[in-house]
Amino acid sequence: MTTTWVKSDRQKEREKLLRAQGRRSVSVATISTVVVAGLVVFGLLASPGWPRVRETFFSWDALVTSLPDILRGFLLNVVIFLIAEPVILLLGLGVALLRGLRSPVFFPLRALAAIYTDVFRGIPVVLLVYLAGFGVPALQLQGVPSDPVVLGTIGLILSYTSFVAEVFRSGIDSIHPSQKAAARSLGLSHGQTMRYVVVPQAVRRVVPPLLNDFASLQKDSALVAFLGPLEALRQAQIHAADMFNYTPYVTAALLFVALTVPMARFTDHLAARAARQRGGAS
Amino acid sequence: MTLLTIDGVWKRYGDHEVLKGVDLTVDTHEVVCLIGASGSGKSTLLRCVNLLETVDDGAILLDDVDITDVRADADDVRKRIGIVFQAYNLFPHMTVLDNITLAPRKVHGVGRVQAEDQARELLARFGLESKARDYPDQLSGGQQQRVAIIRAIATQPRLLLLDEVTSALDPTLVNEVLGVIRELKQSGMTMILATHEMGFARDIADTVCFLADGVLLERGHPDQIFGAPKHPRTREFLSRT
Repeated sequence: MTTTWVKSDRQKEREKLLRAQGRRSVSVATISTVVVAGLVVFGLLASPGWPRVRETFFSWDALVTSLPDILRGFLLNVVIFLIAEPVILLLGLGVALLRGLRSPVFFPLRALAAIYTDVFRGIPVVLLVYLAGFGVPALQLQGVPSDPVVLGTIGLILSYTSFVAEVFRSGIDSIHPSQKAAARSLGLSHGQTMRYVVVPQAVRRVVPPLLNDFASLQKDSALVAFLGPLEALRQAQIHAADMFNYTPYVTAALLFVALTVPMARFTDHLAARAARQRGGAS
Repeated sequence: MTLLTIDGVWKRYGDHEVLKGVDLTVDTHEVVCLIGASGSGKSTLLRCVNLLETVDDGAILLDDVDITDVRADADDVRKRIGIVFQAYNLFPHMTVLDNITLAPRKVHGVGRVQAEDQARELLARFGLESKARDYPDQLSGGQQQRVAIIRAIATQPRLLLLDEVTSALDPTLVNEVLGVIRELKQSGMTMILATHEMGFARDIADTVCFLADGVLLERGHPDQIFGAPKHPRTREFLSRT
């Protein structure tokens, strides 16, 4: 016997009410958005100093004049974090794995990894950039790179690796011990257990916080400016000093935002997908 | 022929003594069922045999070699002993096929093609051939536990430990898992089961051991243990189940 579903009057009535509720929500959201945005814009435009602020921070002419140089500088920022990101991922995972080693032979490495993450997370990034950029060449060692871009990138890597290592470590710790027990009971060594069972699951879990750290790294690549290379922030500084106008900084900020916003959306997308997969599991 | 000898094994967690000098021998092809209340030490005993726990005293011998010797290679011992857990513990990021072939490939050095052929053969034998490419969370509890058993026997262990493998399953799924264990017995697998399924234990076991508070109180043929238990605590336990 087959039964076909004929929508009952009760269900039709329910759906009608739901549609009405939906329409009401959309109109409320629209009205409140317009009101809030209107108040903010009005407050800004009506403030007495607005004409000066607009001229100093939001000058169209200054933006157009400075954009080509800043954009060229920005490419250097992109190169810096494209190189720094994979290095940080590898080193961070390495440090996290060192901290998970249990054998007494590795005690020095484990201790070193712990000290590294403790200390370097506490040092301001800009100080590490200075130390790498000015401190290392001052040692006058043979064969050490002297390019400020390279040295500044090393400073960024030193700082961010310590954060990323802790993200990886928390991911590794979040994998239930029964997974490790299952792997070891099959005869897998500690290394094989990490390689095939623990790390693959941990990495999936920490992708959203990792992308968050990388959004932060993208803007911190501007700190290399303190060593002199002509990246976006440095170019903005030059133009700002040239024109007695802060608009070039805003221009640089817009470029950074243009890069981090898609990254943030991508992170949300990944998190949502992971949540859907977990939800669909049971 | 004696495969496993458990000789006066003690295990404590802090002040709590879980095993108090347990002795047990298991012959090749023998199926031993451990019964007893929760907390009686059944699971701990199995975890000690698989070296997932270290014993506090006594020794465990596999093929007459002391595997609790501190110099013993735990990985090498575990290659020869399979264990199936109550909560399946499948690797959620791997397909059924990868779960089964991981140990044969990475620990035993079997080639991918050969390992997958063997895995598919085992899956077909237990009616799971269509699930090879599925992920664990796409399977029912009973299917997951059957995959976990296949994963444990894919490396052809000398001894299989089953730790309350049906306790997490709803009653309609229990039988499909018990069926797999029955077939393993027919193929001659040596097994130690911790179980709460009394009817199944009576049916499948060659030997039944009753544990209470970390002590192996009674051991014997299932007909004797279930039909005429000698120890008063065994009688009391069986009357309650």
